[in-house]
Amino acid sequence: MASEEPLFDPSLKKRKKKAVAFTEDPLGADADPTAPAPETIDNTTTSGEKVDLGPTTAHEQMKMDVGEGEKNEDDDFKAMFGDVKKKKKKKEIPMDLVNSGTSTPTVAPSAPAITEDLDFSDIKKKKKKSKKAALDMEAFEKELSGSKSKSAADDDEEVDVEPNPNLDIDDADLENDPFAQPTDVPVGVDVGNEPWLTSDRDYIYPELLTRFYSLLHAANPALLSSSSQKRYTIAPPSIHREGNKRSVFANVTDICKKMHRQPEHVIQFLFSEMGTTGSVDGAGRLVIKGRFQQKQVENVLRRYIVEYVACKTCKSMDTLLTKENRIFFMSCESCGSRRSVNAIKSGFQAQVGKRSKNRPA
Amino acid sequence: MSVQNLNSIDPFADEDPLGGSQDVGSQADYIHIRIQQRNGRKTLTTLQGLPKQYDLKKLLKAFKKEFACNGTLVDDEKMGEVIQLQGDQRAKISTFLIDNGIEKATIKVHGF
Repeated sequence: MASEEPLFDPSLKKRKKKAVAFTEDPLGADADPTAPAPETIDNTTTSGEKVDLGPTTAHEQMKMDVGEGEKNEDDDFKAMFGDVKKKKKKKEIPMDLVNSGTSTPTVAPSAPAITEDLDFSDIKKKKKKSKKAALDMEAFEKELSGSKSKSAADDDEEVDVEPNPNLDIDDADLENDPFAQPTDVPVGVDVGNEPWLTSDRDYIYPELLTRFYSLLHAANPALLSSSSQKRYTIAPPSIHREGNKRSVFANVTDICKKMHRQPEHVIQFLFSEMGTTGSVDGAGRLVIKGRFQQKQVENVLRRYIVEYVACKTCKSMDTLLTKENRIFFMSCESCGSRRSVNAIKSGFQAQVGKRSKNRPA
Repeated sequence: MSVQNLNSIDPFADEDPLGGSQDVGSQADYIHIRIQQRNGRKTLTTLQGLPKQYDLKKLLKAFKKEFACNGTLVDDEKMGEVIQLQGDQRAKISTFLIDNGIEKATIKVHGF
């Protein structure tokens, strides 16, 4: 197919080194990256490319840990081969940033979605949330008509007291003090200006966490910039067409070496995922039956990395795959976790092509 | 989802040396949606591993009507009954199944 080149994502080409990358946690093994501190940090770099800065608040982090972990992880990996999936990611941003955004009317309709994520808050809270969500729809209309953030629908809620109405996620944590807004503290907050010093209450965890991050980032500004983030890069698979019905995956061995995986394992996974067969030729290239484009193979490889290379605990790529008792185990070199991974199993293969060809002679 | 702190599982307990957790070989309870290339730009979509309580024949009929494609029910000796549809229906199948009350986590979409 001549369409191979045009279909190729332009954002991939932009990269000079032709290397694709995905972000790794700037804090290494800590699953909570640049979390709550800065509202000022955008999720995009100067070049406009999306950078996963991790959860915006400590609360989001919790959310990720409980249930959303899987999804967010996937997002991380979607970013790793460049920005092929950029569009999709963009769609998800509003959900993530709802509690850090400004008081635009768009907040209101997304409130129900938030409440669904709040299952782990205690039941009383949840009830309140859902009630608020229903009310928010009315509030939405009112906000549309000009009244800004203080909507009448919120009057019976403590949310009303908050300067920033978007923080309704966090008030689940801040039971006794609606004024406490961890995400509101600016990055360069000077020590001695913390809100708990002026009142007689005690500090709470999110505040301390914010303080920690603001101090950390003030001391090491390098942690914030995306350029300093350690990136795991893999050369994109180079796929060529061989003849009419076969594709050649030229740099399998390179990619396998980079991932520290046996080529056999990777190839087995590729074949079972793509539902095809193939062979390795003399030059170490993989010949795949069927027409495949680079981004298709890239997708499959990305899934391989999620499943068999990335450590589920610390998201490090520094892992080893060993086989014991017919079960594959993946052990992480950076955090030491060890877990079993699913065996590669090819599923049902439909009859394709002429039956007479497949019949054993 | 539940409160993480109230989980009864001790996260610091020693790992079973054989990795004897239940999700070692548990691929059986997944619903697999696969794609296969045919000649040209034609493809086949296969749906495998649906729970027994669903009537595959009726489901196939619904699929065919909904997605406007043909399909068949293949009885594989190893894999059991498999629904096979013409064209790339993976996304449509998974949304169909999710809309009809199948948990998203149990559906695995394969392919490129």
